[in-house]
Amino acid sequence: MQKMSNKVFIPVVYGVALAFGLLSMLAPNDYFYSAAYTVLLFVILSSAWNILGGYTGYVNFGTAAFFAMGAYTTVAIFKFAPGTPLIVMIIAGMLVAGLTGLGMGALTLRLRGVFFSIATLALSVVMFTFVVNWDYVGGARGAYVIAPRVAPLGFGRYIYFLYAVMIFLSATAMIVARIIETSTIGRGLEAIRDDELAAECCGVPTLRLKLLSTTISGALMGMAGTTYPYFVSYVEPASTFNLSYAVNSIAMPLIGGMTTWVGPLIGAVLLGTVQQVVQVTISSAWNLLIVGVLLVLFVTLAPEGIMGLWYDFRKKQRAKKGAAQ
Amino acid sequence: MSEMRSELLVVKGVVKRFGGFTALDGVDLDLKVGERLGLIGPNGSGKSTLVNCICGTLFNDQGSVAFEGEEISRLAAHKRIRRGLARSFQLPKPFATMTVVENLCVPILYAANARPGVVRASPAQAVEQAMEILNKIGLGAKAREMSGGLTQVDMRKLELARAMASRPKLLISDEAMAGLSNSEVDEILELLFAMKEQGIAVIMIEHIMRAVMRFSERVAVLVAGKKIADGDPEEVMRNPEVERAYLGE
Ligand SMILES: Nc1ncnc2c1ncn2[C@@H]1O[C@H](COP(=O)(O)OP(=O)(O)OP(=O)(O)O)[C@@H](O)[C@H]1O
Ligand SMILES: [Mg+2]
Repeated sequence: MQKMSNKVFIPVVYGVALAFGLLSMLAPNDYFYSAAYTVLLFVILSSAWNILGGYTGYVNFGTAAFFAMGAYTTVAIFKFAPGTPLIVMIIAGMLVAGLTGLGMGALTLRLRGVFFSIATLALSVVMFTFVVNWDYVGGARGAYVIAPRVAPLGFGRYIYFLYAVMIFLSATAMIVARIIETSTIGRGLEAIRDDELAAECCGVPTLRLKLLSTTISGALMGMAGTTYPYFVSYVEPASTFNLSYAVNSIAMPLIGGMTTWVGPLIGAVLLGTVQQVVQVTISSAWNLLIVGVLLVLFVTLAPEGIMGLWYDFRKKQRAKKGAAQ
Repeated sequence: MSEMRSELLVVKGVVKRFGGFTALDGVDLDLKVGERLGLIGPNGSGKSTLVNCICGTLFNDQGSVAFEGEEISRLAAHKRIRRGLARSFQLPKPFATMTVVENLCVPILYAANARPGVVRASPAQAVEQAMEILNKIGLGAKAREMSGGLTQVDMRKLELARAMASRPKLLISDEAMAGLSNSEVDEILELLFAMKEQGIAVIMIEHIMRAVMRFSERVAVLVAGKKIADGDPEEVMRNPEVERAYLGE
């Protein structure tokens, strides 16, 4: 099967995203938008996490820190100039989180395996402490971020606008992941994941590619956070740095499959939807438990995730066909 | 004729310590363009450590390594292979989640393509070049298999093939033949001989003396981090110090 070129892939993804957005207008109530917003948030976070974790093989426990960098960039800009357009906040948040990723990479990428992961967790704690003590963005008390009364571009209500923005950002995150995956850079990251020393000896500039990977991954996670203050209207550190961001952004690619951009999408839609349903029907307290149980099941029974199961199935089908001929 | 060949690699006074232990104790070694050198020595004498210092996976503590007249001992490993210095690993290190042919594409895209003056191969051309090498080395039929599932013999061949894919000027083969049968040893020897026609210099590290004697134009002997002999293979083997080092094992 010939792989779709990115020149075709990009318009296809944006086209599907647009169609999906238009279809959503049939939604029966507002609850749909807030639930779908959360699922899309996880699509971005898990796609971003997977660039470093899945493609490059470095497990980042600090998703919440990058997400919060994005969110608090918006809060800070809002405090400074409340009328600033959202697009400015998105770009600024990506820059801040991307630079944080670059800095984290420079400090920690000489660490391997579990030591790298612990360092990212430490980064999360440091950032949390920093924000708690930063009064300008509300400190531990939190801050209100009030959305404009009139949504831009004739969207009517602001939640519709936020939802549309999130669809666009999710599509962008998937496209970025796909471009990296299919490029020479993706091949280099894969080599680093398999054997860093051998990669270096094959000419792969391992340090530079790892820094690129932490930067892009961090920037996309930050991007996911930039719209969040408008979504919740009240931002405080404890929920912005919530453990569930780190857990979900690891669990979703793992369950979906970590080798391609499709895995995080499937994982996020599946796990995200399940959690939204559970939250309404039972209680949100069950969410992390369900994620945990699914994670254990997949790690033991299908470590390659849903995409891995699919590839195995396809292989068997082909083998059967081959035998029949 | 051989006097006309110019120096490709000049190693001078290389020292490498691990904590208080001196693994390389002032090693000198040089190699001319296209030359075939056998590097032998008992287990733990520092052969792999020397390879690591030459290729940049370890940095030497003292001394210098020059390649094509330029000092390279502070360069990162990826920059050295881009200049044409390739090695195979004693313990095979395949990119296990890639197919065999994809393994070869890595050095083609990252090392050969990064060399100044080389026509850059597109990803499709890289696959073609990789297939050519695999066919030559006898792995053509396994090109689409996952490299993690190869047998030990095939993994050693893959190590060599991947080093060759970078289009090296010097290839260092670190015990590529250990554990292979006689006919497989001959197969790999043929491959290494074929390098000569392409003007590629080879340093062959090997315990199988039959292969070393057949292959080498020159033999160097390392014992406990020191080079104790270097010269014509027959003469080196008659050297009493060398005999003692081997019999003393
Ligand atoms: N990373 C390291 N840390 C500490 N000691 C090391 C390290 N690498 C090698 N050594 C030691 O240095 C010495 C030389 O090892 P080296 O692997 O270079 O030997 P070798 O000649 O390649 O042996 P073999 O024939 O078994 O491959 C050995 O005593 C080994 O234990
Ligand atoms: Mg060795």
